[in-house]
Amino acid sequence: MPAPIIKVDAISKSFGTFKVLDGLSMQVMPGEKLALIGPSGSGKTTILRILMTLEKIDGGHIQIDGEQLYHMERNGRLLPADERHLAKMRQKIGMVFQLFNLFPHKCVMDNVTLAPMLTKGVARPAAEKRAMELLDMVGLADKAKAMPAQLSGGQKQRVAIARALALSPKIMLFDEVTSALDPELVEEVLNVMRKLAAETDMTMLLVTHEMGFAHDFADRVLFFDRGRIVEEGKPDEIFRHPKQERTQGFLKKIIAAGHRV
Amino acid sequence: MTQWSGYLGLILQGALVTIELTLMGSVLALIMAFLAGIGRVSRFFVIRALATTYIEFFRGTSIFVQLFWAYFVLPFAGLSLTPLQAGVLALGLNVGAYAAEVVRGAILSIGREQYEACTALNLGRWQGMRHVILPQALLVMLPTFGNNAIELLKATSVVSLISLADLTFQAQVVRSQTGSTLMPFVSVLVIYFGLALIISWGIRSLERRMARGLDGVRV
Repeated sequence: MPAPIIKVDAISKSFGTFKVLDGLSMQVMPGEKLALIGPSGSGKTTILRILMTLEKIDGGHIQIDGEQLYHMERNGRLLPADERHLAKMRQKIGMVFQLFNLFPHKCVMDNVTLAPMLTKGVARPAAEKRAMELLDMVGLADKAKAMPAQLSGGQKQRVAIARALALSPKIMLFDEVTSALDPELVEEVLNVMRKLAAETDMTMLLVTHEMGFAHDFADRVLFFDRGRIVEEGKPDEIFRHPKQERTQGFLKKIIAAGHRV
Repeated sequence: MTQWSGYLGLILQGALVTIELTLMGSVLALIMAFLAGIGRVSRFFVIRALATTYIEFFRGTSIFVQLFWAYFVLPFAGLSLTPLQAGVLALGLNVGAYAAEVVRGAILSIGREQYEACTALNLGRWQGMRHVILPQALLVMLPTFGNNAIELLKATSVVSLISLADLTFQAQVVRSQTGSTLMPFVSVLVIYFGLALIISWGIRSLERRMARGLDGVRV
């Protein structure tokens, strides 16, 4: 049995007096596709942001690929990670945001090539060649010279996915990547993610309200509530036969709101 | 008539000095603005403190006094400047202090999501600043930079107090030599206004060029 690629151990996180994560532990195996669902404020987005080092943790430990994320081991002691250590760890992780966060002053091509050229020292021709492959994969090879403002929401999000992939992370985090999209644009983004799941062995963590997609996409579903994982299991178990009352209540509300499961 | 054209020549010479002061002062102001403006958002306390001290000091004291210090007091410290050098120094440092706050404000106006994208793409702090934040912030700074440059242009007239023959100085010369008040002062009024218009126009076209592709959409 291989070692988990993500090992979250009893982490806690508060914003002010509000405890978002309360001693949360979880493990993710390499290549696993995980869907994180739950009501807003349940901590599912926060755990992604913590894995991307966008939020600090108040307590606990996280291991990525066998190495501490927020700590450095020095002579057998654990010290808080410095910027250098964090930069090294971030190489393993990529993230796609709800609001795309493209660089509006750069064309699609430059959005995708900027980070590989700056952080990995890839030469421009090689970076652009790789970017074209990625843009082709997300179906936007013809938009390489377009500016983000000229793209639809779905196209922007596909560029954002290509941009994150350009750094070849082992782990991809998707934070409600279709929530800001018009309904008719959701599918084009989901299709890219299906393709990604089918063609790569990347570990993928997905925070979503698209229950139908989570059902088809995920190997395992985690239901979050009040900073804890209340229930987890195979998509069929969670969506068809939820055991916990809170999971049942949440799914009922989601279905009542018109989401397909 | 030939007499008038001779006097106009004097005034145009003054205009050249004013333009020279404005250009050189703006370059120094721009450098100081970015140094102090970025310094103000530094992670390091010492850099923040230095930047803040500079800004507060040069905003809080009069440009006249700063110019007198640069020209009359610095020689006591062993640093003798020509009137032009003193003028550029005082103007650049003074306007740079105001513009530094413009730089800081513009940097802070860029949304958190842009910084987060930088982190997620593993850009270093300076890489993100240089390639992502500053290029976007520059567009926010430009209109106010235009204001600052025009302020600087108008402030150049203080150098006449240390006998640098700028536009205002030459107008006084012409007035005392001809006894005519209207002609020199109308000329300098028109010239200052014309120069300010050129700055406005330059900044606006720069703005238009930089905003191209953004389509007014700023996410």
